[in-house]
Formats: sequence, structure tokens, C-alpha cells
Amino acid sequence: MSIHATKELQAYWKENLVIIIVHLAIWFFVSFFCGIMVVDQLDAYMIGGMPLGFWFANQGSMIIFVILIWTYVYMMNQLDIKYDVHEG
Amino acid sequence: MSILVWTWILTGSSFALYIYIAYATRAKSTGDFYAAEQSVPAYMNGMATGADWMSAASFISMAGLISFMGRDGSFYLMGWTGGYVLLAMLFGPYLRKYGKFTIPQFMADRYYSQSIRLLSLCCAIFISFTYVAGQMRGVGVVFSRFMGLSIDLGVVVGMALVFFYATLGGMKGITYTQVAQYVVLIVAYLIPAIFISMQLTGTPIPQLGLGSTITEQGAAILNDPSTKGKYLLDVLNGIHKDIGFAEYTGGARPRIDVWFITMSLMIGTAGLPHILIRFFTVPKMRDARSSAGYALICIALLYTTAPAIAVFARTNFIKSINNVEYTKAPSWFKNWEKTKLVGWKDKNGDGIMQIRKGKWDDPKSANEVKIDQDIMVLANPEIAKLPNWVVGLIGAGGLAAALSTAAGLLLVISAAISHDLMKGMLKPDMGEKEELWWARGAAGVAVCIAGLFGIYPPGFVAQVVAFAFGLAAASFFPCILMGVFNKKANKEGALAGMAVGIVFVAAYIIYFKFVNPAINNKDGWWFGISPEGIGTVGAVLNFATMWIVGKFTPEPPQEIQDLVGSLRYPGKLVAPPSAGH
Repeated sequence: MSIHATKELQAYWKENLVIIIVHLAIWFFVSFFCGIMVVDQLDAYMIGGMPLGFWFANQGSMIIFVILIWTYVYMMNQLDIKYDVHEG
Repeated sequence: MSILVWTWILTGSSFALYIYIAYATRAKSTGDFYAAEQSVPAYMNGMATGADWMSAASFISMAGLISFMGRDGSFYLMGWTGGYVLLAMLFGPYLRKYGKFTIPQFMADRYYSQSIRLLSLCCAIFISFTYVAGQMRGVGVVFSRFMGLSIDLGVVVGMALVFFYATLGGMKGITYTQVAQYVVLIVAYLIPAIFISMQLTGTPIPQLGLGSTITEQGAAILNDPSTKGKYLLDVLNGIHKDIGFAEYTGGARPRIDVWFITMSLMIGTAGLPHILIRFFTVPKMRDARSSAGYALICIALLYTTAPAIAVFARTNFIKSINNVEYTKAPSWFKNWEKTKLVGWKDKNGDGIMQIRKGKWDDPKSANEVKIDQDIMVLANPEIAKLPNWVVGLIGAGGLAAALSTAAGLLLVISAAISHDLMKGMLKPDMGEKEELWWARGAAGVAVCIAGLFGIYPPGFVAQVVAFAFGLAAASFFPCILMGVFNKKANKEGALAGMAVGIVFVAAYIIYFKFVNPAINNKDGWWFGISPEGIGTVGAVLNFATMWIVGKFTPEPPQEIQDLVGSLRYPGKLVAPPSAGH
């Protein structure tokens, strides 16, 4: 592993923070916004036999949470490689 | 073979497996005992975290609870899964980089203060005991319902098993036992759901069945040919309308309260010590990230099945009981009447069971049928006429869920005593062997206390479960988050923030649950936020206090700021000064 300049590590951390913020924005949007705040409005639309708001609240947000963690894992592993800090 | 025989066989063989695993993975060092020597593969840690997380209540009660709450039950579903997104991105990898055993120790090192260590270990012990009391009771209840033992004897059997593998194996033994327990509990949960989904909607995936139409076979099971081809949820909404209930897919609870409870459960999850310490057990930072992903897959498998079970069971239950003559009641109804989970009182003397609004023992209500929420999972296989071995599985699954959670919590208590109180504060010069004995001893004593809580359940346990989440949300969550993401967060701010968060949440919950329970309703609460959701406000107060106090007090020393910096990157070059063990 090469010796890292402090600047590079700061850039790594900044990119990590941006990735986190984007993921948490989606996390907030599907659960707190779609699943709670506008749930009644979304119920006007159907997904299969389920009203859309109900789907977000009872099923959809959980599925999206799983996807979010895995895209985060993927992006961070790429970032580790980009900054050459990946663990052997 | 009868249900009882199947239950004994399945439970007995699962117990034998747990004992074998515990013996094969017994701990040899404190690193083993506290963190499984940081050698657990990420997917196994994910499964262990899933078992750690899903308790007796998740397994036995949650689907039933949701079936009574309809859409409002979503705060359990989202609240108890969304925290893992936070764990994966905000906590897991950084705690793994720090790498040392307990949450109170992290707090003490990061905030360079023994007072924080003491406060944290008290919080960790309180949260874990609150939580574990329900688990041991759950063990007793499953034994008594499925195997005819008394609840007390059931608790003692559960205690003996947990005592064996928690004191012998520590984190290592617990982790690998939890992997096995996860498999048992998820199989037990999914099989009945898959069968019932096939019967009612023709799809083997319950998550899809929830949004599907009812098949001809399903209509026959529901005794109502007119339901064929209709969406299951439409049918359930129609049934609700007929008997005077609100729509199943509509919500009754104020949305602000649902919002705050969901947030409180999410950040509470991310602040629970027994979940946080799981991230110490994997080899690398990137394993910490992916193990949160595996954990959420394992958890979401059960949590997305629960709302489907809720709808299947509720539709089935009402259709097969409501407006049916008692003499023609299905046999499972009479079987479960003995356990008092269901009951019937013929108020209007017509010999027919009516499910209506209100309580069944309230003479003013027209409702005649008692339905305990737990029946939705426990009796589900019988209601759907599944084979006896499936029914037997439910008992083994419930026990796996309760025992795995209990063990994880007991380890937190044991480590708080041996590692933080004894080694960290009272006897810093003791050797590894002696510490290991303290750890085993503390685990043993904690099991006994937890067992006593199970045999003599204090009436306030159900009242204070909200406490565990509220306290975790208002104490650990803000301090750990700031500890990683803000180098300037200092000890004065953290101490003040924790104190404010804890006192506020405790005062709010104690006031509404014990001092003035008469106004514990949406008109009495501040801004309509229930005690279950107040942890969110406590966390905000903690953040604010930490920030303001931090502005007027000295910055943390340079070596602490360097330590925080080192947590943020994988790799050894910028390792903390005191790394290793």
C-alpha cells in the first residue's frame, strides 16, 4: 500500500460523504415521504392489487432499503480501489 | 405423528445442534469472547445479526399486531428495517475500524472520559435488560403452548441452554449458534406463509400473494365463491366494511405520530448495543458494510413476509369464524380456546359467533370473539390445514428467535461488566484469564436475572420496551454519529447531550406511562407525539446540546482528532495509536 497524502484521504472522505447523502436522501424519500407523508395521495394509484402508498409503507420501502445498502457497498468498494485504500 | 411429537422432535434436534455448535466454537481468549476474534465471514455475520435482531416478539407477535393495525403497522416494518441503512453507512465500517469490543469503550476512548464510559455502560445494561426480560418470557410461553410444559419450567430450560452457550462460547459461540438459529426461524416462518400464499392466491411468493387475486381454491377455502378473481386486499377491505371496521389499507393513526415512531425505531435500532457490537466481529471495514447488507436481506425476508401473513391470516380468520355457528366452529378454534388466545361469549344468545367492533368482554359491544394477536402466527398453519410437521416447526422457530436475541443481549451485559466496569475502571491491571472469568461469571449472573424476569415478569416490562428504543435513540445514536463525523465533538458536549437526551426521554415516558396514564392519548401528547416516538425528539435535543456546549468548551486533544481521522479510511497506515489487543 502506498503512502497517502492527506489531501487524497480528504478527497476520499468527501466522496464518501456525497455517496452517503445521496443514499440517505432516497432512504428518506421512500419511507418518510412516500410511506408516511403523502401515503394517502399515492393510494390513488395501484400497483397490482395494492394501493401505491400502502405498498411503500408495507413492502416497497423495505425492498428499496436492501437495494440501497448494496449499491452503497458496491460504490464504496469502487472508491476504495480508486484511492488505493482497499483491504487485501 | 401428532403435533406434540413433531414439536418435541424438531425442538429437541435444534437444541442438540445449538449445543454442538457452542461446544465446537468455545472461546479461548477475551478477543474470542467479546468479538469472535474478528474472524466471522460477512454473510454469516449478516445471518447472526438477523437472528440477534429478530426477537420472540418479531416472530410470534408482529404479523398479528400488523393484522390489527392495517397500514399503521408500517412503522414497525419500516422502523425495524430502515435502521440498517444507517448502520451500513454511518456506523458499521467505522466501528469496525476502531475494532475494540464494546460500545462503552468506544465512547470512553472517543470522548476521552471515564464518566462517559460509566454512563454508557449503565445505558447499555438498562437497555439490554429491558429487552431480554421479554425474550425469556417468550421462551416460556412457546414451551407452554406447544409442549404442555409450565411457563416457569420452559423459562428454566431456556436459561440452562443460554447459560451453556453464552458462558462457554461468548461472542464466538453465540455468533455461530445464531447462524443456525436464523436458519431454523426463517424456515419456520416462511414455510406456512408459502403454503398459504399458494392456497389463496396460487403464487408461492407471499410478498407477491399480498397483491394478487384469489384463486378458485382460495375462494373455496374462504367459503365464498364470489371472492374468486378479486384482489385479496379488496376482499379484506370489503370484509372490514361489512363488519364495521375501518379499511385495512387505510391508516387511522395521526401521520405525525407514525413519522416520529418510525424515526425513533430506526435511529433506536442503529443505537442498540447488541446490534452495534456485531460489527466488531468481521475481519475488515468492507465486510462491515456488506454484513449490514446481508443482515438486512435476512431481516427483510421475514419482515416483508409478515404483512402478507397478516392479510392471509386475517382474511382466513374472519371468513372462517364470523357468523358461523359455534357448534360448527373449526377444530383449531376449539383447540386454541384452551390457551385463551381465542374465545367466544354468546352475548345475544343466538349460538352464532359474531366479530364486530369493540372488546369481546365489554357488554356494550356487539363483538363476541376474542382474538389475541399471537394467534395469527401460532395457529396459522392449523387454520390453513397444513401438515403437523409444519405446525411443529413454529415452536422450534419461536424458540430460536427468542434464544438468539436473549444471548446477544446477555453478551452486552456481560461485556459491560467485565470489560468496562472491571477491567476499564475498577481493576485495570487484571490479566486476560481473570477478565475472561469475570466475563463468564457476569454472563452467568445475567442469565439468572433474565430468567427471574421471565418467571416473575414485572408488570412494567411491556410499558418500558419503548424505553429501550427511545433511550438508544437519544443517547448512543447522536454521540456515536458525531464521534465519527465531527472531529471537534468533545467530551463536555457529549456528556451534556447524553444527559439531556436521557433525562428528557425518561421524563416523557415515565410521565405518560406511570404518573398520568389517563392522558396518554393523542390529545394529551405534545404535538401528538406518543411516548413510542419521543426518542426522535430526544435525539434532536442531544444533537443540539452537544453542538452548543461544544462551542463554548475546549476542542478535543489532537490525538483524539487523529483517532477520528483514522476511523474514516481502511488500511493500517493511519491506524489509531492504541490499535490491537
